[in-house]
Amino acid sequence: MVNPSTYHQTLPATKETILAILEQVPDPEVPVLSIIDLGIVRDVSLSDDGVEVFVTPTYSGCPATDAINLDIRLKLIEQGFNKVKITQRLSPAWTTDWMSEAGRQKLKEYGIAPPPKLSGANEVECPQCHSSNTKLLSQFGSTACKALYQCNDCKEPFDHFKCH
Amino acid sequence: MSKLIDYTLHLADTALIISHRNSEWCAHGPILEQDIAITNLSLDQLGQARNFYQYAATLINQDNSSTVSEDSLAYLRGEREFKNLLLTELSNGDWAQTVLRQFFFSVYQYLLYEKLQHSNDEQLSAIAAKALKEITYHIKWSGEWVIRLGDGTAESNHRIQKAIEFLWEYTGEFFIAADYELIDVAQLKEPWLKKVKEIFEEATLELPYPVYMHTGGKQSVHTENLGFILAEMQTLQRTYPGLEW
Ligand SMILES: [Zn+2]
Repeated sequence: MVNPSTYHQTLPATKETILAILEQVPDPEVPVLSIIDLGIVRDVSLSDDGVEVFVTPTYSGCPATDAINLDIRLKLIEQGFNKVKITQRLSPAWTTDWMSEAGRQKLKEYGIAPPPKLSGANEVECPQCHSSNTKLLSQFGSTACKALYQCNDCKEPFDHFKCH
Repeated sequence: MSKLIDYTLHLADTALIISHRNSEWCAHGPILEQDIAITNLSLDQLGQARNFYQYAATLINQDNSSTVSEDSLAYLRGEREFKNLLLTELSNGDWAQTVLRQFFFSVYQYLLYEKLQHSNDEQLSAIAAKALKEITYHIKWSGEWVIRLGDGTAESNHRIQKAIEFLWEYTGEFFIAADYELIDVAQLKEPWLKKVKEIFEEATLELPYPVYMHTGGKQSVHTENLGFILAEMQTLQRTYPGLEW
């Protein structure tokens, strides 16, 4: 058991609690996704030294990384977990395959085409009219993780969370 | 240990300087989509540089209990300390010169990191494995531009030919190892040439005749360009040490 003086929270000090709290931390660039949906929280451990959260960045230069680390810390402190350590884990490298099914669904409803599974077909479906008749406008979109597409049927341009 | 530090700094400086050059296109790209594309590349490269600098800082601080940081390594080292490849510091020139420089570099960087991801050094290997996914996009993007310009109009073909003439003599340095390098870079020359040739053929371009190749970047002997880059990049930290915003 962990030393009770490490924590000032009322919730049980378990991994499940921490993960549930982290479910409330949004990705600052695609706020419809939580960092759990995104698959960047790799592990959580609790000890007398506090909570340690292992996080992997999506892209090497993702400018949201520092903001996410701060949000994790604040959200945990809010719930009484005062001692928080965030450790960056680069290996294995993040892949869009780690994005949750719920995350993919949320992206779609938000108007962003979710990434295909690495092993699956690479069709990109229009989030507006669901047509697969779409074309790539640019491999680089509004953020590092997105490409710009256009639907050939409804003509609507849209973001695609690219496979990585 | 000092070899590993030098090597990590060489990788960091190279990524930082090409990132800085590409970032100069921000708000100057030929069209909006390409402005966004090249600044995305720049961001990836800055992230790679940060990972290497953070690792170098850890190594240096362990070694002699000093307190350098990723920022001090980037902002407070001089021209004769930077170990970036010469190619990365050359001026942007026109769009043809920028995309060709990126193509030459990305193909090399991919081959290098492919080896580096199997390095015994866990941190270098993790940084390389992560970056490879990004570099895959960089090769595709820059290669498509080389094809488009080479196999485009008379004017675009002329521009890219000029860029080849100018940049080619800075590519030899890639494959001549410095004493601190952990990867046998000479081995990368053949696959590099193969990929360049493949794209050049599609672009109706020819490989140049062998020419004199410049070296020195890995040994911190630079072209006149680097001093200007550092002067601009470092001025704030040097004028107001420790400034944050
Ligand atoms: Zn549509």
